[in-house]
Amino acid sequence: MKALLLRDLRLAVRAGGGFGLSLAFFLIVIVLIPFGVGPESAILARIGPGILWVAALLATLLSLDRQFALDHEDGALPLIATSPLPLEGVALAKALAHWLTTGLPLTLAAAPLGVLLNLQGPAYGWLVLTLALGTPALSVIGTFGAALTVGLRRGGLLLSLLVLPLYVPTLIFGAEAARRGAEGLAATTPLLMLSGITAGSLALLPFAAGAVLRINLR
Amino acid sequence: MTGRTGLRVEGLAVARGGVPVLTGLSFAVAPGEALILRGPNGAGKTTLLRVLAGLAPPFAGRVEAPPESVAFASHADGIKAALTVTENLRFWADLYGRGFDAAILDDFDLRSLRDRPAGTLSAGQSRRLGLARLGVIGRTILLLDEPTVSLDVASVARFADWLRDRHLAAGGIAVIATHVPLGLDSPVLDLGPFRADPRAAAHQGTDAAFL
Repeated sequence: MKALLLRDLRLAVRAGGGFGLSLAFFLIVIVLIPFGVGPESAILARIGPGILWVAALLATLLSLDRQFALDHEDGALPLIATSPLPLEGVALAKALAHWLTTGLPLTLAAAPLGVLLNLQGPAYGWLVLTLALGTPALSVIGTFGAALTVGLRRGGLLLSLLVLPLYVPTLIFGAEAARRGAEGLAATTPLLMLSGITAGSLALLPFAAGAVLRINLR
Repeated sequence: MTGRTGLRVEGLAVARGGVPVLTGLSFAVAPGEALILRGPNGAGKTTLLRVLAGLAPPFAGRVEAPPESVAFASHADGIKAALTVTENLRFWADLYGRGFDAAILDDFDLRSLRDRPAGTLSAGQSRRLGLARLGVIGRTILLLDEPTVSLDVASVARFADWLRDRHLAAGGIAVIATHVPLGLDSPVLDLGPFRADPRAAAHQGTDAAFL
């Protein structure tokens, strides 16, 4: 599993790996929002956490279709499937690599980008905390979606349609916790729900992804 | 190398997309032996190898092989263009939990290419890299699907030498679908007589793929 993880990380940062694409997309969306909404800082501060969450979610989507598609194209996937690493482990390693190259940079970039949306003091901490808790779920759910659509032509489009509805609970509780935290309200409940979603998807979805990979490889 | 029982196939039928292509196959390959599969295009050579590799379930019958012993080499080599030759091989060695022995670079004449990004290799060089993968993962049963495609004569001979002297001599097994004579003194299995009647699919629906 470590071998696969290291290879995927190395591939992501090499030329053409697409590392940074999601980050650049995130940056551009956040820069565009004030142009669209107008420069009124009170409104921006209020919608800031939610906007950052939606943008981060869309940015993770961007790099998902490469998860298994590249290994499928060059024929590496059946070779990996016959290795001692079970496909569940493959899915988990892929999800982890995706989080390290997408979810983690987005979480870290969210705080400096919050300045553009006029976030207030406590909002920064809450935003980073909720993103850190929520983005692993986005990576695991997305990996499951990528496993479902591996080998399909134009699978990336279908992948987005399949995965976005599954992102809804994570978005609701993540953005809610960030908003409540920013406004100084009690945020424990959404935070616990968000953690629960992440823990649950981490525990279950690698098995689902392994199973669909097995069917798709036939 | 372990693998006391070798590879044994009994009454095997394989299907592609729910349509049976081969039926009634029975053969055994003992350690140290190779089996050459022959048959026209579409005869089911690749499908059979995929079933033997465990990538697809048998339509009927069974395949007996020691657990964690098979390696599959398809038309595609699974090479990452952004990684160097050594990095590619090292990844496969790590994934299979093996140490990487640089001697394999000599067996496949890759030593001078070892630090080149794999994306800059020619088709034949990539194929040699793909075959070298089989040497670093240490599996006993090799399932080779047209291993000599895009190799020149010298490379085919080099690969056959490796297969005979390193793999089979150490008790390994190889099942090879090929049209090129490899110079191996191995039995040939012609898949022609085992061709299945496609209508046999009627009593087993295509949703079997989801069960």
